[in-house]
Amino acid sequence: MKLKKILPQLLTLLFIVLIFGFFTMNAQENMDTRGIEFGFGFLKQEASFDIQFSLIDYDGSRSYARAYLVGLLNTLLVSIIGIILCTVLGVIVGIARLSPNYLIRKTASFYIEFFRNIPLLLQIFFWYFAALRALPMPEDAPLLLGSSFMTIKGLYTPAPVWNNFNIFLIVLIVALVIIFFFNKFAKKKQEELGKQYPKFLISLGIFIIFPVLTFIVGGVDLSWSFPQLKQLALTSFTYEGGMGIPPELIALTMALTLYTATFIAENVRAGIQGISKGQKEAAASIGLTTTQVLKLVIMPQALRIIIPPTTNQYLNLTKNSSLAAAIAYPDLVLVFAGTAMMQTGRAIEIVGITMATYLTISLTISLLMNWYNKRIAIQEK
Amino acid sequence: MFKYIKQLTSLVAMVAVLFAFTTETMAAKKSKTLKNTQKKGFVRCGVSQGLPGFSNADAAGNWTGVDVDVCRAVAAAVLGDANKVKFTPLSAKERFTALTSGEIDILSRNTTWTLSRDADIGLTFVGVNFYDGQGFMVRKDSGITSTSQFKNGISACTNIGTTTELNMRDFFNSKGISYTPVAFEKADEVVAAYDAGRCDTYTTDKSGLAAQRTKMSNPDDHIVLPETISKEPLGPVVRQGDAVWEDIVRWSLNTMIEAEEYGITSANADSMKTSDNPQIKRLVGAEGEMGAAFGLDNEWNLRIIKQVGNYGESYKRNIADTGILPDRGPNELWTKGGILYVPPSR
Repeated sequence: MKLKKILPQLLTLLFIVLIFGFFTMNAQENMDTRGIEFGFGFLKQEASFDIQFSLIDYDGSRSYARAYLVGLLNTLLVSIIGIILCTVLGVIVGIARLSPNYLIRKTASFYIEFFRNIPLLLQIFFWYFAALRALPMPEDAPLLLGSSFMTIKGLYTPAPVWNNFNIFLIVLIVALVIIFFFNKFAKKKQEELGKQYPKFLISLGIFIIFPVLTFIVGGVDLSWSFPQLKQLALTSFTYEGGMGIPPELIALTMALTLYTATFIAENVRAGIQGISKGQKEAAASIGLTTTQVLKLVIMPQALRIIIPPTTNQYLNLTKNSSLAAAIAYPDLVLVFAGTAMMQTGRAIEIVGITMATYLTISLTISLLMNWYNKRIAIQEK
Repeated sequence: MFKYIKQLTSLVAMVAVLFAFTTETMAAKKSKTLKNTQKKGFVRCGVSQGLPGFSNADAAGNWTGVDVDVCRAVAAAVLGDANKVKFTPLSAKERFTALTSGEIDILSRNTTWTLSRDADIGLTFVGVNFYDGQGFMVRKDSGITSTSQFKNGISACTNIGTTTELNMRDFFNSKGISYTPVAFEKADEVVAAYDAGRCDTYTTDKSGLAAQRTKMSNPDDHIVLPETISKEPLGPVVRQGDAVWEDIVRWSLNTMIEAEEYGITSANADSMKTSDNPQIKRLVGAEGEMGAAFGLDNEWNLRIIKQVGNYGESYKRNIADTGILPDRGPNELWTKGGILYVPPSR
C-alpha cells in the first residue's frame, strides 16, 4: 500500500534527475569539444563598453558585474514606474468604465479595447519612432513649465542640487513613522470612543511641515541646475546641466503603462461588479456618503477579487520590460544578455544569470502581493 | 639472425608509418561537417539581417553580397551547385551562438576577426574577405567634416554586440570627449533612430555606413567622415574542432582571390584548362591533386570560379556596381596596390 503511493513519486523524481543529468552532460560534452570553458570569472573582467543611462556610477572601466547591476537597476526602474502608473491609470479607467456618464463610459471601453488588442512590441515601436519623430530638435524645443524641454533627444528638466540631503531624508522618514503611528492611534480611538479625527489632513500636515522645518532650522538647502542649450555643430544641439531623461525610457514607460493599465482596468471593473448591489444600498441606507460607501464597503471587498489577477499583470509588465532591447533602453537584457554576452561569449552563464534574476524579481513581486492579499482578506472573528 | 630481426623491425616500422598515414587521411576525410553537409544536400550559412553589398535578400528571397558568395563558393566546391545554400539571417548578438550550437556551419556575416573571438569562444576565423575600419556618419548640414570637430555631449547611435561599441569608447576616451552611446539590437532601428535625429552621429564599419546610407530617407544629406578609428578585418568563421571543414572554407575563399590574381573569370575558366601556366592549371583542376586532401574531387575550384566568379567579379557585382563603395581601397589585390594577398594553391 505504502509502496504503491511512493513508487510513482520516486519514478517521477528519477525521471527529472535523469533529464537534468542528460542536459548537463550533453552541454558539458559539447562545450568540451568546442573548447568552451564554463565559469563566472569573467564577471570581474573590465567591461570596456559604455552604457547610455545609469542610476549608479558606471563607465567602461568597471567590471561586467557592475554592468549587470546597471542593467538590473534600469529594469527595476522602468518596472516600478510602470507598475505605479498603470495601477493609477487602471483604477481610474476601471471606475470610469462603470460611470453613469455615457461619454466617459464609452471612452474608457474604447481605450481598453484599442490598447489591449495591439501587440506590445508594436506599441513600443509606435511610441518610440512615430511619436518621437514628431518631437522637436533641441534648438526648436518650446519651454515646458518654465524650465523643461521635451526634445527628440529626451526630456531635460532642472536637476535638484541638495545641501545636507541626509538630514532632509531622515526627517522625512521620521515624519512617515509619526504618520503611521498617528493613524494607528486614531483608528484605536475611533473603535473605542467612536471619535473621528481628520486623519488625512493631519497626516498631510505632518508630511509637509516636518520637511519644511529642516529648511528653516536644519541647514538643508535646495537649489536647481537648469538645462542649458549647447551647440555641438552648425545644426546639431543638445542640453547641458539639469537632468536628462532618455526618450527610450519615456517611450517604454508609456507603452508598458498604457498596455498593462487596460488589463488592470478590467480587473477593477470585475472586482467592483463582483460586489452585490445590496451592499451598496445597505451602506447608503445607514447614512454613509458615496465616497465612504466606496472606501469603506465596496473597495475592501472588491480588492480581494482585484489583487490576484493584478499580481499577474505586474509580473507581465516586469517581464515585458525586456522588450526594451528593441529601442535601445539599456535594461538587463540589452546590457547583460546583449552586449556583455557578445563580448564574453559566455552564453550559458549569462543566460542562466539573467533567467535567475527575472525569476527572483517575479517571485518577490508575487510574495509581496500575496502578503498584501492575505492582509486585506476577510478576517474571521 | 640479427640481420633478419633488424629487417623485420624496419618492415614493421614502415608498415606502422604507412598505416598511421592512411588512418590520418581517413580521419581527415571524416569531416563530420562535410559529411553532414553532403548528406543534407545544402550548406548551412549564417548571414546578416540585411546589409546591402554583403548579405542582403531581395523581395523574392534571393541572397546576394560578398559574404553570401563565400557560402556559395563552398556549396559549389562540396556539392557542385552554388545555389544549394540555406541562409539564416542572424543578429550580431545571435551569430556566434548559432555557429557554436551547430545551427549553421559557416558564419559569413561581416564579422571582425579579433583575438578574443578567435581564441575564447570556440570559433576559428578562416581568412579575410573584406578589410574594413570603423568610421562615423554625420548629417551634411551639421558642417562637421572631421572627427576633430566632435564636442562634449555628442550622442552616437550604434549596434550592440559588436566591436563597434568597444572601439567607440576607446576613441572618445582617447580624445577626452564625453558622449552618449545609444545602442540598438538591430541595424534597421539604428538607422531609423539616427535618421530621425535621435543621434548626432552613427558609427559602425565604414562599409556598413556606406551600405546603410542607401537605406536613409535622403542619402545625400549624410556624409561619412574620412577618419578610420579601428582595424576591422571581416571574414568567414567556422566552429572549432573540424580542421577539414575549416580548410575547405579557407581555400574556397583563397581560390576566389587567387583566381582574380591570375585573371581567371567565370567566363574564361574552362578555356584556362589548357593554359601554359601550371599555377593557373592547378586553380582550374587541370593539374595536381588539389581536392584530394579535403576529400573532394579535382574540379572543386573550377566550379567555384565558374559558378560564383573570382573575388573581383563578386566585388564588382555586389559592392561597386551597386554604388556602395566603387573604390576598392585596401580590398584590391596586392599586385595592384591593395592588401589582398593569399597563400598559393599548390
